[in-house]
Amino acid sequence: MKDLADLFLTFCRIGGFTFGGGYAMLPMIQREVVQKKRWATDDEVMDYFAVGQCAPGVIAVNTATFIGYKRRGILGGIVATAGVVFPSLIIIMIIAAFLNNFSQLPVVQHAFEAIRAVVGVLICNAVIRMWKKTVIDKICALLAIVAFFASAIFDVSPIIIVLAGGAIGILLPVLKGMKKV
Amino acid sequence: MMEALILFGEFFKTGLFAIGGGLAALPFLYDMADKYDWFTKDMISDMIAVSESTPGPLGINMATYAGFQNMGILGGIIATLGIVTPSMIIIILISKFLKKFRDSKYVEQVFSTLRPTVTGLIAAAGFSVLVESLFHMDALKSGKVDWANFFQPKACILFVVFFVLMNKFDKHPIFYIVLGAMIGIIFQF
Repeated sequence: MKDLADLFLTFCRIGGFTFGGGYAMLPMIQREVVQKKRWATDDEVMDYFAVGQCAPGVIAVNTATFIGYKRRGILGGIVATAGVVFPSLIIIMIIAAFLNNFSQLPVVQHAFEAIRAVVGVLICNAVIRMWKKTVIDKICALLAIVAFFASAIFDVSPIIIVLAGGAIGILLPVLKGMKKV
Repeated sequence: MMEALILFGEFFKTGLFAIGGGLAALPFLYDMADKYDWFTKDMISDMIAVSESTPGPLGINMATYAGFQNMGILGGIIATLGIVTPSMIIIILISKFLKKFRDSKYVEQVFSTLRPTVTGLIAAAGFSVLVESLFHMDALKSGKVDWANFFQPKACILFVVFFVLMNKFDKHPIFYIVLGAMIGIIFQF
């Protein structure tokens, strides 16, 4: 029971502060799940992101379900998912009930302009950490750089990028084998 | 009761077929705006703005909003459950599968190249957040490059200061987000 409450509250914290899209949760996940609780490793989090990208649903929810399930089975998956959506559920109901022009409020706009820059820094640091863990050779470095440009500059769908990245993993040993022959 | 079932069913469908992140739910939401009187297309645009300034993803926020407007708090919960249930079931099934094949050589091969690929993807997400917050992209798009108005000076200073702070002091991300929000309000970003 205490375990489940911990799962719920941890994912509440993560869900409550994931501004700017699913991947923006990476710094929070690293802090809470990898460093503090040690529920998953950096590598596992990247695996969840990759699979979560190609499955239905949003990354934030999918990652929560993955980690919850890993901790406490099906019930854990449900509790972690409930935790990650709980803050926005409350926030949206309050906005729907009282604040018609929430996103036009000057206070909200000022706060969010600054939050965006902060989230940018947080993601930068998270990416630096991830680069150190996941880029273990030249081919990995090339893959990361190609994925970056494909997504940031050429606007290729992330699903296609992930599928291509996985396919290369299968093909690579085959290609290497051919070289030797 | 019927209303609740329809609400759950429609958002369940969205949750099942919207693959690839928050905005993937958009076409389904437009379809719902045509079919039901839960929300209008204008409200979808509003909700995109709200979702950019609140933590939750667009599809889930829209579900909560539509459910709440039509059936109160219970409706909000039902519609939100509808949109997250499919992915929850699918992810649990995938987890079971992965657990079984975790030690397979092929699965490990796939993940060994997937991880750096995702690192690149996240870098791209961070890049787009930064471009939007540090520069006035409109100043570029209008044709004539107006360098004087290109940078958002306050955001650029905040970026540099926070970059240095974060690498010096290992504080929780929430601390920096809240501090950033306060600075944004005080200095009128």
